[in-house]
Amino acid sequence: MSATTGLAIGHHRDYAGAKIGMWVFLFTELLLFGGMFLLYSVYRTTHAEDFHYAAQELDTLVGTMNTLILLTSSLTMVLAVATMHAAKRKTAIALLALTIALGLWFLVNKYFEWGAKFEHGIYPNSEFLLQHPKGEILFFGLYFSMTGLHGLHVIVGVILLTVTAFKTAKRPYEEVVFGGAGVAAIDGARVALLDPAGKPLWSSDPIDDSVDNVAVRLKYRPLPRRVRKEDYALLENAGLYWHLVDIIWIFLFPLFYLIT
Amino acid sequence: MAGGKTVKDEHSGEQHVGYDVYILAWVALLILTAVTVTVAGLHLGRLSVLTAVAIAGVKASVVLFFFMHLKYEKPLFRTMVYVTLGALVVFIGLTFTDILFR
Repeated sequence: MSATTGLAIGHHRDYAGAKIGMWVFLFTELLLFGGMFLLYSVYRTTHAEDFHYAAQELDTLVGTMNTLILLTSSLTMVLAVATMHAAKRKTAIALLALTIALGLWFLVNKYFEWGAKFEHGIYPNSEFLLQHPKGEILFFGLYFSMTGLHGLHVIVGVILLTVTAFKTAKRPYEEVVFGGAGVAAIDGARVALLDPAGKPLWSSDPIDDSVDNVAVRLKYRPLPRRVRKEDYALLENAGLYWHLVDIIWIFLFPLFYLIT
Repeated sequence: MAGGKTVKDEHSGEQHVGYDVYILAWVALLILTAVTVTVAGLHLGRLSVLTAVAIAGVKASVVLFFFMHLKYEKPLFRTMVYVTLGALVVFIGLTFTDILFR
């Protein structure tokens, strides 16, 4: 009966690997936006005058407000991770909800900002814009594609955070499997689960030739003091993504709104 | 910010960062935003681009090192970030050797 000595088979979770994988993904994002920043800096060098005038069209107040919103959302995000590590699940989820709300607020501002541009006839390939110098057309082309791609990232981030909030709200199960009881030893018997008084709670079908393995799987829910940060790799990685989106905006903001 | 409280994680031995560190980082980011908006209003000409990008770089570093935990991660993560940023600098630098002397 050597097989019944309680061989626990846990879930294999590669915490460090998950985090490195997330960073590698973030690097591809960085190079994606890096290419666009390169395009911006080249056109800015060759059309400095036009960029200067075109940038005056943008509303610095809205840009500044969106900057403050994203910076604050990064704070609530990092606090959500920190409170989760301290096993304060409800606080963590409230902070995540706040982060999502700030992300949505950013998008609403962006919607009105773009809407105002469209009303003034400023959109890619618009009649109004095509009458302007080449540099201004380039500026708005870059403005719409770069803030548009960033906006898409905010939308993806909000969805990712929502999924993360739901997954975090569920307590993670831990599972231990005691497996591989020699079937021959219990052939022709029934396996039963007994309560402390010896009363059967559950019993199996008879073990016969069709059964080739008997295993017991224990599932339990950890109390807060058992919370390990390794259990919240998704939350941490979603946070890393959200902070990257913030970093990209940190560069977009001065380059489009401030340099006039 | 070196005085921020850190608590040893009992499971992994890694350090947990105190909430005060994050709030200080956020305050620093808000101040830097105020600085960059103010400086942009001064019309420094050529210098304005340089200062704006420099301030953005400092802000990005605060987010990377504190919010994204780069300061507390193993050296491998910092190396990976530096290699990526180095690649970006090479791309941009090489392109400008073409653009500027064309």
